[in-house]
Amino acid sequence: MSKSGISNPRTPYLLLLPGIAFLFTFFIWPIANLAQTSTQTPIAGGDTGEYEQTLRWANYLDAFLENKEQFGRSFLYAAIATVAALAIAYPLAYAIAFKAGKYKNVLLVLVVAPFFTSFLLRTIAWKQILGEQGVVVPFLRDLHIIAPSTTLTSSAFAVVAGMTYNFLPFMTLPLYASIDRIDPRTLEASGDLYANGITTFRKVTLPLSMPGVVAGTLLTFIPAAGDYVNAAILGSPQTKMIGNVIESRFFKIVDYPTAAALSFTLMAAILVLVSVYIRKAGTEELV
Amino acid sequence: MSGISSARGDLRIDHVSKSYGDFTAVNDLSLTIPEGSFFALLGPSGCGKTTTLRMVAGLEEPTKGTISLGNTDITFTKPYQRPINTVFQNYALFPHLTIFENIAFGLRRRGIKDVKEQVEKALDLVELSHLSSRKPTQLSGGQQQRIALARAIVNRPALLLLDEPLGALDLKLRRQMQIELKWIQKEVGLTFVHVTHDQEEAMTMADTIAVMNEGEIEQLGSPADLYDNPKTAFVANFLGQSNLIKGTITGNDGDNHVVELFGQKISLAKNRSHAVDNSILAGIRPEKFRISRLATPTSGNILSGGKIEDVSYIGVSTQYQVLMPWGQELMVFEQNDDGVAPFNVGEDVNISWEAGFTFALRGDEDAEAGTEVNPEEIIEDDE
Repeated sequence: MSKSGISNPRTPYLLLLPGIAFLFTFFIWPIANLAQTSTQTPIAGGDTGEYEQTLRWANYLDAFLENKEQFGRSFLYAAIATVAALAIAYPLAYAIAFKAGKYKNVLLVLVVAPFFTSFLLRTIAWKQILGEQGVVVPFLRDLHIIAPSTTLTSSAFAVVAGMTYNFLPFMTLPLYASIDRIDPRTLEASGDLYANGITTFRKVTLPLSMPGVVAGTLLTFIPAAGDYVNAAILGSPQTKMIGNVIESRFFKIVDYPTAAALSFTLMAAILVLVSVYIRKAGTEELV
Repeated sequence: MSGISSARGDLRIDHVSKSYGDFTAVNDLSLTIPEGSFFALLGPSGCGKTTTLRMVAGLEEPTKGTISLGNTDITFTKPYQRPINTVFQNYALFPHLTIFENIAFGLRRRGIKDVKEQVEKALDLVELSHLSSRKPTQLSGGQQQRIALARAIVNRPALLLLDEPLGALDLKLRRQMQIELKWIQKEVGLTFVHVTHDQEEAMTMADTIAVMNEGEIEQLGSPADLYDNPKTAFVANFLGQSNLIKGTITGNDGDNHVVELFGQKISLAKNRSHAVDNSILAGIRPEKFRISRLATPTSGNILSGGKIEDVSYIGVSTQYQVLMPWGQELMVFEQNDDGVAPFNVGEDVNISWEAGFTFALRGDEDAEAGTEVNPEEIIEDDE
């Protein structure tokens, strides 16, 4: 080893090797595999699940046209859940950052506490919460907000509510990190310079927390758009999302090419939406 | 924009107290700050000066008392409704806005028309016009300080509050900014209220200084008043250094008291005594003392029997510690200008001074009050 401490110039690459090997084995290779599958067609006279490579790009168009309703639904539900999570998480993160005092850490632990229980169990619990025996439905019926015959389970509402709940910590934590970094004196300075509470929020707090808003919405929207657990447990056939279609194509119908084509289309769509969003939010340097 | 008070005039703080639970930060404080003056609130960390400033700014509400500007009571007015702007301790510039937009912030909130012109004027005043499109993080500390000042001044407030505005700058820059701030205050003619723990800063800039200690005002006056004729041991020790010697008034001689200090008689002008009875602490600033060898004739007040304990040569002056017969060490600063050979450790000497420089405090005061705080070492954080 040399005296300067910078030894072999190849050391950094050697250190990268395990990571690269991991990524290659578990990400790049499967993706390439998936890409290859997406243009296959069934072997004539073969068994179910036997496909051969015919480079049939029309698989993509067929898959999309057949499922465009589910695509639309996925992005709509994900968007609503993201907005709802933002509306809930922003005041929460703000309160934890600025008002919680010594309870800051306790509250942060509570935000991530749901992760100690399985995602599936928590989603199934929502079935109970929104069910006939839960507190929500009778309460809303008593207040005549919903008709006596209306149920909440197996509905779009339940799916979006479940997604909002499940992805809330992913929204809250980046928001908190970003709001917590705001110097409270800049807020005082804003008040000192003739801005009332609302103007201070619009002109100082919100712009300074934009990195958190962007990170939080991406961390919520991306997994929500591809989610299938919430729709499977809390939804009905009418609320199927694209994740559910991919899941059933892969595991039930063993239609691998369609499932692969759908996966790629979903990835591309999310990528496009996210790029547009980041460009619009004007925070390229933050992501 | 409506809602902002157009009040102008003197700031009156009337019997204001502020408590946090059991802790009283400001205790029954009354103060009038005349319009157009440069006023300093000076005191050690935790003396309540920042709390006082924040109450004036509207960032804290007094527990008791009223604050008014001219004839308008502003005690419970929201900060954004007061014609008062603050230069915050760490500047609190908006990191997401350019320098131009930082300065324009207050103007835009009030719906002022000629924003561009006024911002440019303010930038000119602080000589940073070339930085208007930068972001605050791209500026040095001294530049940020000026922008914070411009951002406040551009609004022409009835009152400009400065919360330790130079605390984060290095010594040289601080000296330069002190002179500049004073010049800017004269130039714009606004009332400046300046909070600091740095006595030199307060004395350089302010017309009037209020020395605060433990939530109360110890003494209020011009820098020269406070230095030459302090009323309390805290002021005597916090503003510069003082030699305080226990003594007794034993008689009168016209306008002077005759005072006995451990058996030696000296003279004290009656109007420079703040004592309430015959027991006093006689005070003399170290630079007022003259040291002389035993045979040299001296005039004025004389204390004999001293012995040089310590000598430190610091260029413009030499500082001596002189041990007196009663066991007290007196501090003496001698200018190196009189051609007298420096004194050596162990030499027997007399100490003399012009009688008129003597001041007297109450005999029951703690002679050490205010000495334990070294203003240069404190990082102010008493919010």
